[in-house]
Amino acid sequence: MAKDKKHNTEIVTKPKWFDKDSVTIPMLQILKEDGSFHKDADMPAYDKELIVKIHDTMQFIRILDERMIAAQRQGRISFYLASRGEEAASVASAAALDFGDMIMGQYREQGALAYRGFTVEQFMNQLFSNEKDLGKGRQMPVHYGCADLNFMTISSPLGTQIPQATGYAFGQKMDKTENCTICYFGEGAASEGDFHAALNMASVYKVPVIFFCRNNGYAISTPAQGEQYGGDGIAPRGIGYGMKTIRIDGNDAFAVLKATQEARRLAVEENEPVLIEAMSYRMSGHSTSDDPTGYRTREEEAEWQAKDPLDRLQKWMMNEGWLDKDHVEEHHAEVKAKVLAALKESEKVPVPHIDELINDVYDEPTDMLKEQLDELKDHMRKYPDTYSKTSGRLD
Amino acid sequence: MAKMNLLQAINSALDLAMAKHDNVYSFGEDTGGFGGVFRATSGLTEKYGKHRNFNTPLVEQGIIGFANGLASQGSYAVAEIQFGDYIFPAFDQIVNETAKFRYRSGNEFNVGGLTIRTPYGGGIAGGHYHSQSPEAYFAHTPGIKIVTPRNPYEAKGLLLSAIFEKNPVLFMEPKRLYRASTGEVPEEEYTIPLGKADVVKEGNDITVLGWGAQMEVTEKAVEKAEEDGVSCEVIDLRTISPWDVETVTQSVLKTGRLVISQEAPITGGFASEIAATVQDKCFLYLESPIARVSGIDVPYPLCHEKEYMADHLKIYEAIKRSMNY
Ligand SMILES: Cc1ncc(C[n+]2csc(CCOP(=O)(O)OP(=O)(O)O)c2C)c(N)n1
Ligand SMILES: [Mg+2]
Repeated sequence: MAKDKKHNTEIVTKPKWFDKDSVTIPMLQILKEDGSFHKDADMPAYDKELIVKIHDTMQFIRILDERMIAAQRQGRISFYLASRGEEAASVASAAALDFGDMIMGQYREQGALAYRGFTVEQFMNQLFSNEKDLGKGRQMPVHYGCADLNFMTISSPLGTQIPQATGYAFGQKMDKTENCTICYFGEGAASEGDFHAALNMASVYKVPVIFFCRNNGYAISTPAQGEQYGGDGIAPRGIGYGMKTIRIDGNDAFAVLKATQEARRLAVEENEPVLIEAMSYRMSGHSTSDDPTGYRTREEEAEWQAKDPLDRLQKWMMNEGWLDKDHVEEHHAEVKAKVLAALKESEKVPVPHIDELINDVYDEPTDMLKEQLDELKDHMRKYPDTYSKTSGRLD
Repeated sequence: MAKMNLLQAINSALDLAMAKHDNVYSFGEDTGGFGGVFRATSGLTEKYGKHRNFNTPLVEQGIIGFANGLASQGSYAVAEIQFGDYIFPAFDQIVNETAKFRYRSGNEFNVGGLTIRTPYGGGIAGGHYHSQSPEAYFAHTPGIKIVTPRNPYEAKGLLLSAIFEKNPVLFMEPKRLYRASTGEVPEEEYTIPLGKADVVKEGNDITVLGWGAQMEVTEKAVEKAEEDGVSCEVIDLRTISPWDVETVTQSVLKTGRLVISQEAPITGGFASEIAATVQDKCFLYLESPIARVSGIDVPYPLCHEKEYMADHLKIYEAIKRSMNY
C-alpha cells in the first residue's frame, strides 16, 4: 500500500470510515465477582500486609462515610460526599504508588487520602471547619488537602486539577524526582475542556502522569452512557491523544492494583503518560444534597450491590485465610468508636480566629486587607452576639 | 395569582416561554428530566419533550458555545450554568463571543435569543465555589445585559423579558432565596422591563440601593433605620447592566445620600461603578460620601461566612454613619 511519508499514513483510494467499533477496549478483571481469581490472570505484586492495609482502609472509609452521612442528617455538619462502591478504585490505586507521588483528587478519593495516612482526627477537623483544619475552615466539607502526605487540596470546579497534574508531572520529570502524579476525576468531569487540554499536553511533553478516571455511571443525575458521552466511555480518548490506555474493573482491588502498578512504571521509568478508566458505580447519592431515587432504579442499584468491591475482597481474603469474621467485626467496632470519638472532639474545637480571614490571600495580608479586617472587628465589637462564633476572641 | 417561591416563578416563566414558541430550548447540567439540582426546570421535559428541555454533558464552555450557535441560528436558547461559580470555563464564549456577536459582524449575526440562567450568591454555607457573585466581571463587558430579581414576582416578569429580549442576557438567580422567598405571582405571562430600576420604597433622607438577594438584607436594615427616624428611599437596581442611571441619580439628587450594598468583594465591584457615576452626576448635592457595603477582598469564606457577609447590621451602620457625617 502506498504511504504518505509526511503524515506517516497509508493512502487509500476508497473512503474508509472509522467508528467506535473500530477500537474496542476490554476491561481488566482479576478478581471475579464471586471472590475468586480468574485462573490465567496476570497478578499484581502483593503480599498479605499490603492487601490487609487495602482492606482496612476500604473498610475505614466505608464506616467514616456512613457516620458522616448520619452526622449531616443530624445537622452536625453541613455537607458530605460518600465514596461507597468506589473504595477499591481509590484505595488500591493509591496502594500502587510511592509515598512521594503526588495525588490530585476530584473529591471522592477519601480512600487514597486515608491510605496515605490522613488520620481520623484530620478528616474530622476538615469536616467541621475548625481551627485545626489544615485548610483553615475555608472550604466545604470533603475538600481535603495535605502537603505532608503529597495530597493536593481539592477544588470544587471540575476538571481543573487535570491539566495541573500534567504541569506538576512536568516539574517532577525536570527535577528528576523519580516520582509521578496521579490525577483522579469522574467520567463527568472528563467532558470539561480541561481534561482534553491535560491529556494532549501530557502526550506532547511525555510526562509521568497517571490520569485515573472513575467511571461510576453518573454525574449527579446525568447517566454516563448516551447523555455524558456518545462514544465508548473515556478510554478511547486516551488513544486519540496518543497515550497508553487501559480499562479496568474498578470494583476489583487486584485489577486496580495491577493496572496502577504498571501505569506507575510506565510513567516513572518511561515518562509515558497513562489513562486508566476504572468502571464502577456510585452506590450513594451524589452527596447529601442529592436523592438518587429521582433518576435511577432500585434494581440498578441492587445489580451493582452484587459487585461490591469490599464484599468481593473480603470473600477472597477469607478464603485465603487472610481475614476472618472476627477481624472484620473488631476492626469495624474499633473504627466506629474512633470515628465517633473524633467527631465529638472536633465538634468542640472552635472555628479559626477571625484574623485568619485575611491570611493566605497573598503570602502576606496587604495594608488594605488589614484595614478591612480592622473595620470588620470594630463592627463585630458592636454586635458580638451576632458573630458569636468568633467575637469572643477579637484581640 | 398563585403563591409561588422563586424557583416556581422561574419554572413558570420557562414553561410559558416554551409554550409560546416551539423554538425555545432549555438545557444545562442535570436540567433534563431530573429538573436541575435546584429543580428550576422540573416538569419541562414531560411537557415539551427531551429535545426541548435536556441534559448537557458536563462542560460549561460547551454549553455556552452551543447556546451561542443555537441563538445565532434564530432559536431562543435558555442555558443554565449550575452555579455562578462554574461560569468561568464559559468566560471566553460569553465575553468574546456572546457579547460581541452582533457588533463584530456589523449586525449580520446576533445571539439576542440567548439567556444564561445561573444561581449566584452566598449565605448557604457554600464556601468559595457555591457562593460567589460574579456580576462585575460581566458588567465590564459591553454587549451582554445582566439582570437579577429580588423575589418571585420580579423573577418571573424579568425572566420572561430576558428570554424574548433582543439581546443576550445573563440572568443571575439569588439561590439563597430560591425557596425562602415566596409571594403572589400571576399565573399568566407578564413582563417587567429590563434596564429599569424599581423604587421599592420612597423616602427623603437617604437612598439605599442594592440588587438580588441583597434587597432582602437591605430592607431589614432600612426597617431598623426607620425606627431611628431616618426616612429611606430603597431602590432595587434589577438590571445591573445597562443600569438605570436616571432613577438612581434622581433619587440621590433628592436625598443627598447613598448607600450601595453588594455581596461581592468591594474592589472592582459594581457598587464602585455606581458610586463613580453618581458622584459625577450629583456631586454638589451629596451630603456625605457614598458608602459601599460589601464583602471584603478575600475569596468567599466558609467558616467566617457570617462575619464576611454584607449583612443588615453593616448596612444599618453605614446608613447611620452617612446620616451623622
Ligand atoms: C466546573 C463545574 N461545573 C459543575 C460543577 C457541579 N458539579 C459538582 S459534581 C458534578 C458531577 C460530577 O460528576 P463526575 O465527574 O462523574 O464525578 P462523580 O461525582 O460521579 O464522582 C457537578 C456537575 C462543578 N463542581 N464544577
Ligand atoms: Mg461520575
